[in-house]
Formats: sequence, structure tokens, C-alpha cells
Amino acid sequence: MSKSSSLFALVLLAVASLVAGPAAAQSLNVDIVGGLKTATPIVVVPFAQPQGAALPTDVADVMRNDFNRSGKFRSLAKSEIVEQPTQGSEIKFATWRLLKQDYIVVGRITDAGDGKVQVEYELWDVNKQQSLLHQQMPPAPVGDLRGVAHQIADLIYQKITGVRGAFWTRIAYITAVGSGNNMTYSLIVADSDGYNPQVVARSHEALLTPRWSPDGNKIAYVSFESGNSAIYVQDITTGARTLISGRSRGINGAPAWSPDGSRLAMSLSYQGNPELYIMNVATRQETRLTNNLAIDTEPVWAPDGQSIYFTSDRSGRPQIYQVPVSGGTPTRITFQGQSNYDCDVSYDGKQIAMVQSNGNVYRIAILDQGLGGQVRYISPGPLDESPSFAPNASMLLYASSEGRHGVLYAVSDDGMVRQRLVLSDGDVREPSWGPYRTH
Amino acid sequence: MNKTARVALVALLCVGAAACSKKQEVKPQAPAAEQQAPAPAPESNGKYTPADLQTDACLRQRVVYFDFDKSEIKPEFQQIMACHAKYLQDRPTARMRLEGNTDERGTREYNLGLGERRANAVGSALEANGASASQINVISYGKEKPVCREHNEDCWSKNRRVEIVYTAE
Repeated sequence: MSKSSSLFALVLLAVASLVAGPAAAQSLNVDIVGGLKTATPIVVVPFAQPQGAALPTDVADVMRNDFNRSGKFRSLAKSEIVEQPTQGSEIKFATWRLLKQDYIVVGRITDAGDGKVQVEYELWDVNKQQSLLHQQMPPAPVGDLRGVAHQIADLIYQKITGVRGAFWTRIAYITAVGSGNNMTYSLIVADSDGYNPQVVARSHEALLTPRWSPDGNKIAYVSFESGNSAIYVQDITTGARTLISGRSRGINGAPAWSPDGSRLAMSLSYQGNPELYIMNVATRQETRLTNNLAIDTEPVWAPDGQSIYFTSDRSGRPQIYQVPVSGGTPTRITFQGQSNYDCDVSYDGKQIAMVQSNGNVYRIAILDQGLGGQVRYISPGPLDESPSFAPNASMLLYASSEGRHGVLYAVSDDGMVRQRLVLSDGDVREPSWGPYRTH
Repeated sequence: MNKTARVALVALLCVGAAACSKKQEVKPQAPAAEQQAPAPAPESNGKYTPADLQTDACLRQRVVYFDFDKSEIKPEFQQIMACHAKYLQDRPTARMRLEGNTDERGTREYNLGLGERRANAVGSALEANGASASQINVISYGKEKPVCREHNEDCWSKNRRVEIVYTAE
């Protein structure tokens, strides 16, 4: 691990219940919260290793953690894996039936030369003793084995649930380290499980609101490095950066990419108070979308690109509204809770996650438009914010607060399984889940 | 929400608000401007000078505090508005930056808006007292620059503030 990534290393901590557990327990385990009788039992047997030096990645372990974090699966602990078959013909199904496992994954890793390895895996139905998947992954550098493990977990997740897996994705977040006038803010990109953190941008002034471009190559964000807020777009591979809006007067905030990546919605207050604007990224042409004395901010595009959800306090308190991209009168869509802020929309447009406040308690709530506007809470509060859906909407990230520290949680869409991501020294905040990866 | 529940909720809020204001009266420190001595008479020609920024009891007060999710200037800060406005009027080359801040509750981007609204409210009050808009710059830090990091009302009340910073005296 490089110096910078170890400095910002995330420690994944398991959380045992809907009430936050003690901060001391540092491990890579995931404790399952009750009510998961429906989680599917699956065993991932350690993969056979190539001859020679031990690999830096335990592929089966990465997959087990993926499955557990999803809330849809319950993977058998490594210590309970009594037999170690590495191919289908070696599986004694009676053993795994006795251990009440529905599915078993076996595999082997072979040397492919040039520092590369090749992973082959099989997924079997324990009760039917039937092979469901048998696949050889393309050769990959040893350093990419975590990525290969996530890709296999995605394929298995899809085979069993019918929903595309989102383990092989990345997340972005902001860390804040230091105190008083000696702060360092970093925009970090990491794997969906918090591994491989990479610093994308760093500043002594606040960074906020990182937002992935739909192709996963760029991140828009807000930086105070010039003194005032300004919106930048940065290529995460080359580091090349473009100033999108840096007006000295007023707020330059809340960037949001259109689904096709050609436009950015944002909240600017240079004309007096925060209003929504849409900018064509190529031509830099700006169109004003709202016109109201209230605060209009936190825009999010509907998946069809035809409308924008946003936060406005035009009714007195912050609530979520929806407005057509072509303009017109916004429609209020939240009526439960005292205030609602900062929504994110699932890929299918059916679920809207937001911060809902009642008194001093701020929780992540999901408004399910498919269920007639029913609202459910997926976080306990009291100071939770920044909900961000995984691209398959099976999980979300959000920010919370523990003592004086900001922490992130990954939570299943039913709120039943949560995993905490803690920065060893400082705050971690503003999570944003990236799109599906293609490379 | 039905009507009964709403009434009950409003009643609860009122109880909470009363408790808060009572607490602030007992505690003389932090957001309590009314405790300070009245501004002394400015020097002989009746105009402020830069030296007064260090010595004048009113001009030395550079922080305006607010209620939760509110941007109205409370009566106890009117005197501060008047003396700083007079300073700007007396010193046409003076410039100030109004830095709007919020407590940690609510989202970062919304709080940028709220901090700006508070700073604008202070700017408007200064202009109403005779300052020129060209002398005033407004910036919002939202909840990014708290002076206190505990999760309680005592701390929150210190963070809901506009700081007056003279960039030219």
C-alpha cells in the first residue's frame, strides 16, 4: 500500500445493530442485523492457489464480504468451511446440505505468466446438485485480483437474484483531517468496499458534493480553494481539471450530471439567491431553471433526463420538488417529516432516497413511488445525510456522525445490513456511488 | 399528518424553543450582545476612525447569531448593525466581508444557501442603516467552518452566525 493510501486507509468496521456499535471493534467482519431470515445462504470455498508466493488477495474472502454487505446473502464464515473442494467434481453436496447452504462457489487461480493470474470459478445449486455457472475470467495482473473477485461476485449475484451486481464499482467521498485553520480536505476514489483509496484532489479549504460522470471517468465537485465555492470537473485518470463555475459573487454549488453526461445541473446564487441552472458542458451555455426567492439547490436528474428533483424551502421548510428540464412550475413530492433534503434517485426512477428530519433527528428515508409514495427509514440518525444509491439500487451509502467524527455507512436497501467505513484519523463524508464499471 | 398531530407537534416545538431561549438568558457568554456597554460617543467630529475598530465596544463586536433555520436579525444585534453601518458611512473606503455560517443540522448544500441568506440579512440591515452595498461582500461557508463541534444546542447556537470581517479599514 502506498504512503498516501495508508495515510487515508479506511478501516471497515462491522456494526451489530441499528444502534451504532462501539468504535473500538476494528475488523473486516460484517455482523448481520436481525430479520434476515430471507438472506440466501451461500458458501464460498477458498480458491486453489498457484504454486509459489502467496497471492496478496484472498479472492473468496472478498466475495464473502461482498455477499454479506449486500444483505441479500449470508455467506458461511471461513472457519465453518469444513471441506475445501476446488472444482465441481470434488463437492460433497451432503456436507453443505447439512450446513444448510443453498449455493456453493468453488474456484482456482492459476499462473498466466507476465505477473498475471487467471481465475476460474463454478457456482453450484446445493439442493439440485446442479452447475449454474462455470467460467474462466480473463487473465489479470495480480494487483487487480480484488477487481476480479468483485466481478465474479457480480455475476453470481445476478445469476441468483436476477439483478445485476454492483460490487465492481467505485465510490467517491471527502475526507477532512486536521483542525482549526490547519485542515486538509481530500477527494478520494476507492473500490465499493473501501479498498484501494486514491486521492483525486486535495485542498486546505472545504471540498464537497463529488458527483460521478455517467461514464465513470470524471467527477464534478465543489471546492472553496479560491476562497469562495467553485465547481470543477476533474478527470480521475489524467487529473486534468476544468473550472465549470467560479463566479466571485454567490454560491457555485451542487453539480449534477445529466444521464447522458452532456449537461450539468447546478445551484448558483450570483443573481441574488440560489437558483437551479443547467449548463451544456461542451458549449458552456447556461439556462436558468427556477425563479423563486427560496433556496433552490441539490438538483438530481430523473433517469429519463426529462425532469430534475431538487431541494427548496419555498414552502417554509426544505422539501423535495420535481421540475421538468424544459422549465415550468415545480411540483412538491415530499409531505412526510418536517423537512426533506438532498435526494438521490434509483436507476429505475422508482425510489427516492433523501434526508428526512424530525426535530433534531436526521435520517435517511426512501420514498417508494412504486408503492404509492410509502416512506421507509433505512438509517437510525441522529445526523445522517448524503444518501447515494448503488447503480443497481440494492444498497446505498450515506454519511453519519459519531462523536466528533464523520463516518460512512453502506446499507442494504431494506436498512437491515449496515457496514461502517471509518477514516482512522479525521472525518469521512459526502459519499457518492459511482456507475457500473467497464474497465 | 392530521390536524391533532400537527397541533401537538407545534406545541412540542414551542416548548423546545422556550427552553432554549431561557437557557440563553441564564448563560451570559456566547450569543449575548445586549450585555455589552453601549457604544461610546465617537470622537469629536462625530466620525469613526480605524482605531475605533480596536477600542469601540460596539465595533469590536463582529459576530451576529441566529435562530435555527432562520435569517432574521434579532433585536439585540440592531445596535451592532447601527455602529458598523455608521463606520462604513464614515469611512467610504472601508470594505467588509460578511461570512455566513450554519450549524451542522441539514445538508451541506442547503446550508450554503442558508449561510448566504444570513449574510445577506446582515448586509441588508447595514444598508438600511446607511452603509453602501459596494462596501459589502457576502460569502457563505454553510456548515463547513464551525467554531464548535459538539452535537448540542449550546454548540449549534455558536455556529449559527455571520462574522463581520473588515478587508479594508
